Amino acid sequence: MIVDLVLWPTLAALLWVNRRRPLLWPLVALALLLLFNRLFTPGFFALEIRDGRLYGTLVDVLNQGSKVMLLALGMTLVIATGGVDLSVGATMAIAGAVMARLAGVSIPVALGGGLGVALLAGAWNGLLVSAFRIQPIIATLILMVAGRGVAQLVTDGQIINFEQPALVYLGNGSLLGLPFTLALVLGMFALTALLVRRTALGLFIEAIGDNETAARFTGLPARPVKFLVYVFAGLCAGLAGLVAASNIKSADANHIGLYLELDAILAVVVGGTALTGGRFQLAGSLVGALLIQTLGTTLYARNVGADVATVPKAIVILAVCLLQSPVLRAKLASLRRPAPTALRKEGSV
Amino acid sequence: MSAPILVCRGLTKRFPGVVALDGVDFCARGGEVHALMGENGAGKSTLIKALTGVHPRDAGQAEVDGRPVHPRSPREAEAAGISTVYQEVNLIPDLSVAENICLGRQRTRLGFIRWGDARTRARAALARLGLELDVERTLSECSIAVQQLVAIARATDIDARVLILDEPTSSLDAGEVAQLFAVVRRLRDQGLAIVFVSHFLDQVYALADRITVLRNGRLVGEFPVAELPRLQLVAHMMGRSVDEVEALRHRERPAAAPGEPLLSTRGLTRRHAVLPLDLELRRGEVLGLGGLLGSGRTEVARLLFGLDRADAGETRLEGRPVSFHSPADAMRAGLALTPEDRKTQAILPNLTVRENLVVALQARRGLWKQIPRAEQDRLVADFTRALGIKTSGPEQLIRNLSGGNQQKVILARWLATEPRLLILDEPTRGIDVGAQADIERLLAKLRDEGLAIVFICADTAELSRNSQRIAVLRDHAKVAELTGSDVNEQAVMRAIARETAA
Repeated sequence: MIVDLVLWPTLAALLWVNRRRPLLWPLVALALLLLFNRLFTPGFFALEIRDGRLYGTLVDVLNQGSKVMLLALGMTLVIATGGVDLSVGATMAIAGAVMARLAGVSIPVALGGGLGVALLAGAWNGLLVSAFRIQPIIATLILMVAGRGVAQLVTDGQIINFEQPALVYLGNGSLLGLPFTLALVLGMFALTALLVRRTALGLFIEAIGDNETAARFTGLPARPVKFLVYVFAGLCAGLAGLVAASNIKSADANHIGLYLELDAILAVVVGGTALTGGRFQLAGSLVGALLIQTLGTTLYARNVGADVATVPKAIVILAVCLLQSPVLRAKLASLRRPAPTALRKEGSV
Repeated sequence: MSAPILVCRGLTKRFPGVVALDGVDFCARGGEVHALMGENGAGKSTLIKALTGVHPRDAGQAEVDGRPVHPRSPREAEAAGISTVYQEVNLIPDLSVAENICLGRQRTRLGFIRWGDARTRARAALARLGLELDVERTLSECSIAVQQLVAIARATDIDARVLILDEPTSSLDAGEVAQLFAVVRRLRDQGLAIVFVSHFLDQVYALADRITVLRNGRLVGEFPVAELPRLQLVAHMMGRSVDEVEALRHRERPAAAPGEPLLSTRGLTRRHAVLPLDLELRRGEVLGLGGLLGSGRTEVARLLFGLDRADAGETRLEGRPVSFHSPADAMRAGLALTPEDRKTQAILPNLTVRENLVVALQARRGLWKQIPRAEQDRLVADFTRALGIKTSGPEQLIRNLSGGNQQKVILARWLATEPRLLILDEPTRGIDVGAQADIERLLAKLRDEGLAIVFICADTAELSRNSQRIAVLRDHAKVAELTGSDVNEQAVMRAIARETAA
């Protein structure tokens, strides 16, 4: 089949290119999962073209995974500074609510309003973390808790439906036969990569996450950089929120983005960025998000109930994290070598 | 002479690769304050930790009142009669004074703590020190000095025979020190043996009856205070005889090149850190900052570089008043600082040599103007060659370099910003002899190129060898400024040891 001819050589090439890079293990996990589905899940690889558009489970993975991929881009930078953003799920709900509320005004106002309020949410987090030096987990917990309430206020507690074709297109439309969300993710990825690798932002983020004291001694603008990454995480959450609302053509303040902050954090960690900050892997986070989505879709396709699906999901994620654990790696490496004889202290007199 | 309470013989403690304590004898007598002196790394802390069970000793004996003790934890040491108050108050700030004094030793009834009893005991413990405090106050509301006294009350609440005070005065002001000393004298008169560790010579001479000096983990000797002149004490701590130092006195030095004044301070002050300080830094000159550890050298560097804010005084750069609110400000004005603690304050351990080297220059150019990769590579190649940095390549992680090579990368980081004033805080600490010589040569070269350099160094020989002028600090104040032929070890030690004019 044509999918096989494209997919497997691509994966093999990616694995080869990344054989000595942190991206290897999440890629291996993704490849194994796809291989499992190729062999044992009938129809997982089936694709068909209807009305000039590609349909199939693999396409669903990309479309459904787009929200976590968007979140993971912002989350990667936040985590790289040594922080975390728990509020992105709630920010999605607010952005979706604002877009739905403004849908009737005009399309640019609806989109701008949704993204604008998400930027504000990010700025709020950034302010708490950088200016008031509240621990990120607490600072963002505030908006995580309050955000859905804010979204309810925006929608007056109602589920607001909208029909505007442009807004519906955002989460459901297709571009060159592929979901528009895929283009959105790739665009944001390119923009983020450009931002961190073509300016000094990436170096500054990694320096701050690696040793904030040393970064300060070196004259780095630690606080502005921290502020910026939370704002950026807000923007990513806003985009994800617009996509999520568009998916269901309505703003459901209680359910949009629920628990997605946790998936985003998982995606980042699985992708090879340490929660302690420092070096980050932008592409790894995308692979991590894809892995999580593929896993979810696999379980769904194999009729594993949603209530127990969390268990196999946790097992796969645990396996990837353990493979990246330096402690476990050192243990495995020492198994291959003879153990050094323990140094014995001289006895007391 | 009073009776010995704590007697130690041949105490030995080894760490991988180092003998931190090598057969040390020590004796603390009841009704005496016994000062334990020595430079950084001399073994004072290890001796205390061996006595308090933090690091169980490898060899030797210790007795309290004739009973052998072998504590394996601070709790066992306390049970044997040895109590300790550490430099940083280690009480629990959010608990009350009474809770802090009785924590872990509360008497209970049916498994419930008898708080009334705890409060009574806390009051009694404070009364023994001649203190009256509201024992229900939260500790964090009390001043550091009072917290220190509460720590002493806690230490003496149990039947302590020996009280160890490890740098208790480092964060106290003069009045608070006097209050602390009054309490210590009271405890001494009650018959306790008190072991006092401090870097402040004035305090040691004010309080101690006897001094034991350690150097490199070995015992130098035990002396009654009256028989140990200050200069002799400093010589003992540094491992040089007074005569030997005398011989160095008239060594010829290159005359200081006349340089333009670059930066000057007037009455620069920061509470608990720097007493009013006048300094002048000139181009083409190395100004040494001397003094014992804790004398305020690093605090001066922090103040100059904008890491701390001054409470009073002014700084002028080329005659214009300046005030740096952050290292970034200082850097833009052409200042550079290689900090004292390379590991926690300088290196970005998981980033590469290249990234570590360009990061300050990048900070100076700003977020948006990324240094092109070709320029980064050129900088790394140039500095690697010029400073003789040994790496396997620019993409090696800096944490995998030796200490000396890490320090050279940090120097290169700052030289890349083309500073006018370079502050080096202990640049040669913990690095090998070869790298140290390289850094000293570099210092002279940079001076000749017209940089103003502040060189902070605890080793008086190294300090005098590399400086044209030396400001000597003691107890956070400048006590002497040596120029010309006075720039020698002998003069530095004299300045450190000289009694404060009262």
